[in-house]
Amino acid sequence: MNVTLAVERFNPETDKEPYIVEYDVEVDENDRVIDALLYVSENQDSTLGFRKSCAHGVCGSDAMRINGVEKLACKTLIHDVTDEQNSKITVEPLRHYGVERDLIVNHDVFMEKYSKVRPYFIPASPAGSEEYIQSPEDRLRIDEATKCINCGACYSACPILETNPNFLGPQALVQAIRFVNDSRDKGLEARLDVLDNPNGLWGCQQKFECTKVCPRDIKITKLINQTKRTVEKYRKERGEKVNKGE
Amino acid sequence: MVHVHKFDTVIVGGGGAGLYAALEASKKCKTAVVSKLYPQRSHTGAAQGGIAAALGNLEEDHPDWHAYDTVKGGDYLTDQKAAQVLAEDAVKVVYDLEHRGLAFSRLENGKIAQRRFGGHTNNFGKGPVRRACYAADRTGHMILQTLFQQCVENNVEFFNEFFAMDIIMDGNRAKGVSCYEIRTGDVHVFYAKAIMFATGGYGRVFMVTSNALSGTGDGPALVAKAGLPIQDMEFYQFHPTGIYRMGVLITEGVRGEGGILKNRHGTPFMEEYAPTLLDLAPRDMVSRAISEELLKGNGIRGDKKINDYVHLDARHLGRKLIESRLPDICEFCETYLGIDPSEHPIPVQPTAHYAMGGIPTDIDGRVHDGKRVIEGLYAAGECACVSVHGANRLGTNSLLELVVFGRRTGKHIADYVQGVDSPSGDASGADTVISRISSLRNKKTSKPIGPILQKMKQTMMEQVGVYRTESEMEQAIQTVKSLRDEMGGVVLQDSSSNFNTEVQSYFEAENLLLVAHSIAVSAKNRQESRGAHARSDFPERNDDEWLKHSLVRMKGEIDISYSSVDVSRWEPKPRTY
Ligand SMILES: Cc1cc2nc3c(=O)[nH]c(=O)nc-3n(C[C@H](O)[C@H](O)[C@H](O)COP(=O)(O)OP(=O)(O)OC[C@H]3O[C@@H](n4cnc5c(N)ncnc54)[C@H](O)[C@@H]3O)c2cc1C
Ligand code: SF4
Ligand code: FES
Repeated sequence: MNVTLAVERFNPETDKEPYIVEYDVEVDENDRVIDALLYVSENQDSTLGFRKSCAHGVCGSDAMRINGVEKLACKTLIHDVTDEQNSKITVEPLRHYGVERDLIVNHDVFMEKYSKVRPYFIPASPAGSEEYIQSPEDRLRIDEATKCINCGACYSACPILETNPNFLGPQALVQAIRFVNDSRDKGLEARLDVLDNPNGLWGCQQKFECTKVCPRDIKITKLINQTKRTVEKYRKERGEKVNKGE
Repeated sequence: MVHVHKFDTVIVGGGGAGLYAALEASKKCKTAVVSKLYPQRSHTGAAQGGIAAALGNLEEDHPDWHAYDTVKGGDYLTDQKAAQVLAEDAVKVVYDLEHRGLAFSRLENGKIAQRRFGGHTNNFGKGPVRRACYAADRTGHMILQTLFQQCVENNVEFFNEFFAMDIIMDGNRAKGVSCYEIRTGDVHVFYAKAIMFATGGYGRVFMVTSNALSGTGDGPALVAKAGLPIQDMEFYQFHPTGIYRMGVLITEGVRGEGGILKNRHGTPFMEEYAPTLLDLAPRDMVSRAISEELLKGNGIRGDKKINDYVHLDARHLGRKLIESRLPDICEFCETYLGIDPSEHPIPVQPTAHYAMGGIPTDIDGRVHDGKRVIEGLYAAGECACVSVHGANRLGTNSLLELVVFGRRTGKHIADYVQGVDSPSGDASGADTVISRISSLRNKKTSKPIGPILQKMKQTMMEQVGVYRTESEMEQAIQTVKSLRDEMGGVVLQDSSSNFNTEVQSYFEAENLLLVAHSIAVSAKNRQESRGAHARSDFPERNDDEWLKHSLVRMKGEIDISYSSVDVSRWEPKPRTY
């Protein structure tokens, strides 16, 4: 079948404003959107900028907005986003990161917020000669958050970032929660300052937009809510107040 | 613009091998990691099924059994001392990864969960053993994330979206690497006492593959362009179970949990080909068994064509087990096939998966040319050939290789750089790269790159695939040669400097073609069948003449030489399962 990819393009070196370029491509309805983009760059227009790698939804390179919704181009099949009436697919870069070129967005924002939550294992006790013991139930508590591939779809979909660019955003919070819930880690204590903060957990207003777009099906909003409760409990036990900045 | 950097060591590649090496090296010396992808995008993250280590959490197991399986699985082309190092270090590195926070799946008693994988046995081949440590079907993702997180904690210096293009040699010593910065179009020359390659695989040489689009063999290609040989390139693994037509991997873990391959009559055909290990025989054997079934007309379409497919049946395992232990597989089936594996069999065909060959190294990652070590040059991970996998790799031994040899290489580098002077060098080190790029801009005619790549992939898949013959490989060599010439007619259209991805794509295609050429030439040269290299015209293994590694030089006249295989522990025997 023939589809039209309407791609938003922008090169800050030469363009004042983003503009749309339409490419007609012959594809199979079971092809991925990334296949169509690749076809364009290898055969029609080699100046089109986009990131890609694994091609099956596990590396997080190609999150973009397809028909206005954040998706991985390699996990979206042509028939998922077209129908009999409409064979035009709009493709735009993620929001909130800043466009470097065409579908490529800036990565520094990601790294800056990611690093803030201390996204690495801080052991609660010293290691022995074998593994730390962790029950299957405790392991299950970190299952969802460990799935994150840092694709940034949630960060683009989050409406809070429209008005509060200092909000940590769902991606970094998920990373923090992955360690907060790990029975082997110092957890919340080690990350309390960034989480119990108006721009941390309390920045989230439960809009669920992140959860809707996460290609790894992580229930982000639910995890954030649970962690809010953990923080409240932690503060209460110590007779302290949470820091919502109110 | 040209930038000059000086480091003790520069590591090219931020996958499992590169990151582990960086963690070790950066403890003791000034370390840079350059990577064309952001590290957490590396293809290590795609690995599914597990990492082998004889922890014995469920049943008796020993590193010695593991080493033996690795040697036998490699059809005796494995260097035996290296296999022992792999199996012994395995236990240490798996615990080390867990101590760094890796979220392994757990047994009821809280220890790391283990499962079966092809070719891994107890008592030197008696029966299957549970040796693969896993984190659901996301083991590679967890390893990559854990190592990346550790690098963030340890402030490892990254140069991300830097594309390595040229090794700077000084006689027998590597002293630098030139990189194209994708963000700016600038060229950066890194001079260092030790340069390490950890650039991953090159499955994109073939049409149907489980590998990332970025798996373009840059490491082996750059080493070859520097005039050094690359080893055992004829040994390329086809994994039996890729999603039909797409090649997306369905982990061997599905068969490890009890999944069964069936032909169009519903017959579990592995009974005929490997009576003891059945569906868990090594991959080369299972891929050949599938191909034979297809050619006999037992494929699901039944048209006797090699691109037909078979079924991987997991229905009897039950939804609960499938969803808990193989959640990503469920998702791939749903996304790409629109099916539920607990209700429908999965359509699969062999998919190009893993490069046994690559840059020749010793057990500390030092690159050699078959005779002597190249000073200051190191490699580890899939791009390297130690060789622990010999003619065929066992499942879960690759993630293991990355971490074992990535770690050993990092340690060796940390010590090595203490005793040598920094190489001298200036901006002129960038000259080769700059003139290559500008020569591609100043031409008149223009061809797109797509058809060239398409032709290469198709040729390699059909003529240098699971089964090989002299005449087909000769045709493939001629085709690839002419495609390499055609690359001369491609012109870069994009003149801007920021995020000019076209420059990278061009040189990746050039590297792929070089690698394809080296595979075809080495494969035609080896007149026997061993492991993944199966020739219809030479169906037997021939230890008298071919128990040796091949080393091919691709610069100037193609030249093939040989080096001996370490068989000091176990005598080569016929390989039956
Ligand atoms: C789908 C799939 C499933 C697998 N499952 C398993 C499994 O269950 N168990 C197992 O043991 N093995 C498995 N493997 C194999 C294993 O995952 C790979 O062999 C391994 O991850 C390769 O790791 P690496 O560190 O060598 O390279 P990669 O992880 O591929 O990293 C390569 C790095 O090099 C960089 N790079 C490449 N070229 C350049 C350049 N020119 N300049 C700068 N940087 C460059 C890239 O940016 C990247 O960071 C699987 C493989 C696949 C494809
Ligand atoms: S939480 Fe989901 S959407 Fe957000 S970065 Fe991780 S995988 Fe992507
Ligand atoms: S290319 Fe890896 S997630 Fe799409």
